[in-house]
Amino acid sequence: MAETEQLDAGGLRVHWQPSNKFKTTTIVLHIKAPLEAETAAARTLLAHVLQAGTADYPSRRKIRHFLDDLYGASFYADVGKKGENHVLTFVMEVASEQYLQNESPLLPKALTFLLSVLQSPNMTESGFSETIIKEEKQALTQRIRNIADDKTRYANIRMLEEMCADEPFGLHPFGSVADMEALGNDELQQAYEQMMASDQFDLFVTGPGSKEEILNVVEPAGEYFKTGERKQAKATPSQPPAEINEVVERQAIQQAKLHLGFRIPYTVDADEYTAVLVTNGIFGAYPHSKLFVNVREKESLAYYAASRYEPYKGILFAMAGIAPEQYEKASEIMQAQLEAIRNGEVTEEELTTTRQMLKNQILEQMDSARGAIEMNYQNVLSNNTRTVDERLHEIEDVDKETVIATAQKIQLDTIYLLTGEEETA
Amino acid sequence: MEIQHYEQIGETIYLETLNNGLKVYVLPKPDHNKTFSIFTTDYGSIDQAFTPLNSAETVQVPDGIAHFLEHKLFEDEDGDAFNTFSKRGAQTNAFTSFTRTAYLFSSTSEVQANLETLLDFVQSPYFTEETVEKEKGIIGQEINMYNDDADWRLFFGLLSSLYKENPVRIDIAGTVQSIDQITEDLLYTCYQTFYHPSNMVLFIVGPVDPQETVQLVRDNQEKKPFPEAGEIRRSYGDEPKESYERQKTIEMNVQTPKCLLGFKEPDDHYPHPGLSYELGVQLLLDVMFGPGSSTYEQLYKEGLIDNSFSADFTMERSFGFSAIGGDTKDPERLVSQLEETIHAFKQKPLQEEDIRTAKKRKIGAFLKQLNSPEFIATQFTRYEMNGDSLFAVVPTLEKMTLGDLESILQRHFHSDRSSVTKVVAPQS
Repeated sequence: MAETEQLDAGGLRVHWQPSNKFKTTTIVLHIKAPLEAETAAARTLLAHVLQAGTADYPSRRKIRHFLDDLYGASFYADVGKKGENHVLTFVMEVASEQYLQNESPLLPKALTFLLSVLQSPNMTESGFSETIIKEEKQALTQRIRNIADDKTRYANIRMLEEMCADEPFGLHPFGSVADMEALGNDELQQAYEQMMASDQFDLFVTGPGSKEEILNVVEPAGEYFKTGERKQAKATPSQPPAEINEVVERQAIQQAKLHLGFRIPYTVDADEYTAVLVTNGIFGAYPHSKLFVNVREKESLAYYAASRYEPYKGILFAMAGIAPEQYEKASEIMQAQLEAIRNGEVTEEELTTTRQMLKNQILEQMDSARGAIEMNYQNVLSNNTRTVDERLHEIEDVDKETVIATAQKIQLDTIYLLTGEEETA
Repeated sequence: MEIQHYEQIGETIYLETLNNGLKVYVLPKPDHNKTFSIFTTDYGSIDQAFTPLNSAETVQVPDGIAHFLEHKLFEDEDGDAFNTFSKRGAQTNAFTSFTRTAYLFSSTSEVQANLETLLDFVQSPYFTEETVEKEKGIIGQEINMYNDDADWRLFFGLLSSLYKENPVRIDIAGTVQSIDQITEDLLYTCYQTFYHPSNMVLFIVGPVDPQETVQLVRDNQEKKPFPEAGEIRRSYGDEPKESYERQKTIEMNVQTPKCLLGFKEPDDHYPHPGLSYELGVQLLLDVMFGPGSSTYEQLYKEGLIDNSFSADFTMERSFGFSAIGGDTKDPERLVSQLEETIHAFKQKPLQEEDIRTAKKRKIGAFLKQLNSPEFIATQFTRYEMNGDSLFAVVPTLEKMTLGDLESILQRHFHSDRSSVTKVVAPQS
């Protein structure tokens, strides 16, 4: 795949990566602002209202019919967090005309449409359509409620809520049901104006296509995107915990979910980022990792036992689905795996296997357009830009001593258990 | 070696059938980093009653044994295949469906060694009483995880309502009780019957040379002795045409109720009615219930559906069913609206324009899926085993007429063969 070329149009940063490896072109627009309790719900609703109608195509169904003509191009909005940033994302994927019979280029039409979602929403003097607001609030409220039905996801969200009670990172990016229900047209218009005035816009285009096609669409749109200072998230660095917080929650479930939240003082900005990736790989990211080998293979305690690193915040968490009565045993074994790394119990094989897995993962990520875009966005968000080659080299350079030193910086903060209702011995 | 070139989508596939019956497919993708290989046997959770190799009598094996076998094959005398792959930075996995069990890896280096490992671990079963017992704990937790998953319970609730006899009504992993009956002897019986190379397909996609790759597989296979391939006789019971139960309600602590309306295919056109039937039902579901349909718009406006709503059709050896629904505040009202829509469509002719755009959507969606080597390898194998070709999707869609779709509509969506399943919170 070719290098990414930056083609800016006003305050809109355009990242163009041509590639004929794919049969479709993927377009991702990331819109970033600080993650705040006051604005999360409004921005979430805004993204969904914008997605449900534009001035030219004022309903979901009209948009669908337009997309049908682009050979069922996909288009959807997504809302998430990257550390303490709140990111609204609009994604489109459109077929390349070279695989279709008698078609003119579809990419310019898709790009024009995507920009119109922001530039010319379905809005009158009285604001956004009340019908659309009502429908989208209804659907989003239901989605926020239903998070509780996916137990692994729920347990992870609850653990973060407990662990980061005083930090923006503890917030769910959708906001609460109460926040969502309280929203009206005024709040939504305010969120829209605020977004256009002070958010950071990054547009990624990857796949078949030409630079000219893109420039012809984005250059005239540049005036809508103001240049200048962007509102930045206040970084709240991960503080080591004063004491370990233990939370037990009960529901009518058969399998208990045990989630351990750890603090680590390194984010994607840090030089130590790659060392954390390797340490986490030895601890719990893979089937050869200590968590899987010991919790699942040796003790048969769980079907899944794994750890994840949240690189935009500096948190690492480990999780396992266990029988409720095995809580204490599982928790001890999981913590013991990290302790083992701190004490230098890291074999050469664990280290080389982890390096191999990480390098493989990065190369595989480049075989998917979304994967390549996510890596580029990480470079955009981080003060520490890394090319693919640099990433591969950095992984090679992490040695056993660095892993031990990194593990010593990882501190347990919160133990969260979601378990069954009956008392367990 | 057979070579198939697909001009319109710009792909070429190489096929070689080895002496032992194994079919090997290679699809070169020179500009990719990753090679993805999947080794699949035509054997899944529904194959519970069969005549074992070199035997005259039909045996009945415990629910969940195909999936159990999938877990156990990763282990051999010297250790775990996971480790062998991991050391080379390769990712490996496996899955069991109703009709297939597949083993796979992806890697960006040492592809040839990984390919040998894939063939070797699947073809060297090793079970002892101790290792079988240990696995019961792990799979027991997997089963409990699914028992807490309301969407999974809803889906199997629907299948066990639609089907009375066919084992598709039973959870793929079985139950904690059924897997307890599994022994190493039963595992060997299933293995010897279904893992013969002539019952398997190997598909490799990535930056590889087709000649060299096939040669490597051939050399590997020629070193291993296999018995003569026998015919595998399987039995799925005598399934009535009508659905088994029309209504089912499952109580679970959910925030919003969930509901599915399903239709099963009558089984008089199996083993397989062909790609055009499957694509036909999918097109009809899209026209009636897709995000561009007036029904979808209406249901969304009323707050009866959200983005969890879907309408799918699945068809495999011995069964086929559609499932329509998702999270809803009012399951009764949703079902009556869905049934009304189907009824209305059956009363009047289909619209040319609706079908034209639905075909366009489907072609675009198919091109998107072709970006994924995993999709190509998995789906190509699936179609191959059903006697179809993945790359026939677009031409088959283009050829489909309004008349074809009218008759599929009348045949599939039949109220005698429908069931409704709901998951609701217990009344307190």
